[in-house]
Amino acid sequence: MTDTGHTADILGFAHRHLLGIDGLTAEQITFLLDLSDSYVALNRSDDKKTSLLRGRTVINLFFENSTRTRTSFELAGKRLGADVINMSVSSSSIKKGETLIDTAMTLNAMHPDVLIVRHPDSGAVKLLSEKVNCAVINGGDGSHEHPTQALLDALTIRRRRGDLQGLRVAICGDILHSRVARSNIQLLGIMGARVRVIAPPTLLPSNIERLGVEAFIDMREGLKDCDIVMMLRLQTERMQGSFVPSIREYFRFFGLDHEKLQAAKPDALIMHPGPMNRGVEIDSELADDIDRSLIRDQVEMGVAVRMACLDALTRTLRSNSQDRTSAQAGGAS
Amino acid sequence: MISSAMKAVSSKNPGRVAYINARLLDPASGLDEVGGLFTDGTKIADLGPRLFNDGLPEDSQIIDCAGLCLSPGLIDMRVQLREPGAEHKETIESASRAAAYGGITSMVALPNTEPVIDDVAVLEFLARRARETKLVKVYAYGTVTRGLKGRELTEFGLLTEFGAVGFTDGLTAISDSQVMRRALSYSRTFGQVIVQHPEDPALASGAMNEGEVATRLGLAGIPTAAEVIMVERDLRLLELTGGRYHVANVTTAAAIEAIQKAKRQGLSVTCDTAPHYFTLNENAVGDYRSFAKVSPPLRGEADRQAVENALSDGTIDAIASDHSPHDQDSKRLPFAIAEPGIVGLESLLPLSLQLYHNGRASLLDVLAKLTTGPAEILGLSGGSLTVGAAADLTLFDLDKPWQINPDAFQSKSKNSPFTDHPVQGLVRRCIVDGRCVYDPDDKKES
Repeated sequence: MTDTGHTADILGFAHRHLLGIDGLTAEQITFLLDLSDSYVALNRSDDKKTSLLRGRTVINLFFENSTRTRTSFELAGKRLGADVINMSVSSSSIKKGETLIDTAMTLNAMHPDVLIVRHPDSGAVKLLSEKVNCAVINGGDGSHEHPTQALLDALTIRRRRGDLQGLRVAICGDILHSRVARSNIQLLGIMGARVRVIAPPTLLPSNIERLGVEAFIDMREGLKDCDIVMMLRLQTERMQGSFVPSIREYFRFFGLDHEKLQAAKPDALIMHPGPMNRGVEIDSELADDIDRSLIRDQVEMGVAVRMACLDALTRTLRSNSQDRTSAQAGGAS
Repeated sequence: MISSAMKAVSSKNPGRVAYINARLLDPASGLDEVGGLFTDGTKIADLGPRLFNDGLPEDSQIIDCAGLCLSPGLIDMRVQLREPGAEHKETIESASRAAAYGGITSMVALPNTEPVIDDVAVLEFLARRARETKLVKVYAYGTVTRGLKGRELTEFGLLTEFGAVGFTDGLTAISDSQVMRRALSYSRTFGQVIVQHPEDPALASGAMNEGEVATRLGLAGIPTAAEVIMVERDLRLLELTGGRYHVANVTTAAAIEAIQKAKRQGLSVTCDTAPHYFTLNENAVGDYRSFAKVSPPLRGEADRQAVENALSDGTIDAIASDHSPHDQDSKRLPFAIAEPGIVGLESLLPLSLQLYHNGRASLLDVLAKLTTGPAEILGLSGGSLTVGAAADLTLFDLDKPWQINPDAFQSKSKNSPFTDHPVQGLVRRCIVDGRCVYDPDDKKES
């Protein structure tokens, strides 16, 4: 295992919540990535369980359907020894605003230590975080942020390429609705990568250039000389004439296939946050190409990154109650 | 004249043809001189004032133009073919014949056929029918929205690959602002133009121009505001999205002013009008003449003059025939429920030339609006006399006076309000890809 956790400040991460990448420094991101590296090693060993968060309660509060993110957080919490509760609230059955806060107050009264929240509305997770006493991790809010996804993407790239600095990364597809894109644009920018976004103009948010990226509406132009190609999922309901006329047209002009990938660097790597629409945004064969595709690595890194986030955000708690617990404040080892 | 030139009509290879003693008119280069033009196969091989000074080429057909005007073939950017779907009103063949008679070598079909052109299969059908007809060139727009319903965008990319030269919902305005915004935005991906019918549908539910005439006739009026509201909204959306926007059938001073301002602002906007909008005003409706019912409606005299002025000052980029064939059954109805539209292919050139004869525009400027203007808007290759370009040519007698007679039209439909209208300028020959597709002096041709 790495020793990075020990060399960092004992608290390491000066934030109470992880609501987004926005506001993090390069040092904090590096700290989280280093810590994640150590959990990758743990996850690959036979005994994957630690007692770091023994006695702690982690609630997965999901207002939106999710399988992989929820499972990933659940596994992360359990491997750290926490009690993990999954709570799915169908978004149609709740009214926004007051009810969200009511839910927060109710949960708060149960004394959780970490709340992981996903919500279909941008900003909802921050609103909720203001009403609770525990740490909150944003598991994705509307089209705003999905910080653990950006961290796991960064970890995946860093483990392959050593460093993010100077890499040319293209994020392709539904930028308009994507929280993954927004978090990645922030993180990659902070870490010194050069970011491009490629999408039909209907799926590019206005003034996206102000976020420090170059925008393209042509795949071949945008992919030119890229090291990393990140594809985004396009929701089916958005490709039936509203934003994009059809699946076949989208794949023809914006789907990643071997031919378009030629424009990128010969060793360019492909990423996708999942779940993939094969034959819509990405050619099926390409997604499975083990030489080019990092998609499975991303899933593995996801658990490690979420363990690191849970670890980092509970350090204050743990240091306050150190005499009662046997947790190793130093990290995962 | 033109006596030795008969064989080209149906032969596969048009061979080599020398047009001598022609007044060469090319709006693209500003050329206006008597000279010669030489076509080899389907292309223009050479042209110029002194082209045949060293003698006439051998193995060539020689056509003595006797001082007639030889211009690039006219491009009509707004034609309703009615095929598929309403072949009793017009077919690709009858429209092509009418176009050839009108000196039009390329026509661009509106997609409001049945089925509508919202799918590559319909484009393919049109292309095949045009190849079979083999008279003039037929291009087509795709619809902006599926089934002209104004909601879901069509496959601009695939339709472009199959030859769509732009996108429009034809006579239906794209009224939903969000749909229009996305259309302008998405079309940027493929560099295509969005062509709008400039009428707010809710305001444009009347039968003719709103004003004294409508009031006297007891017909529901369409205010000029219906046009400018739509144009100004679209220009705001254009500013927001980028993209290329074209206003079809501009008829009002207010819309022209808005377009002028947007052009000065640097927005990518163009517009066209049709001959009836600068030739006639609302008085042509007269005693409920349904042949004078068009969409947008014929306007008042002040607006007619504004259109004429905008043609003179260059605000209007193109003149289209807005060819809208209708059978008797569609027109012999109470005015309010009669179909709108005028057949225009065969009167496009002479009516446009009135601008020149009345001293409102130079001859090259008038021709530009029928050649380079539409070619540039739609990215078509024709529209100029250029060595190596397709030999699409129109030969016409600039001063020949005649009276329009819709009964003699090649078009299947005769719905024109220009019966007995005196004009000057008669097409004498129409050449497409080096082939003569219309020659009034050739008995076999008619």
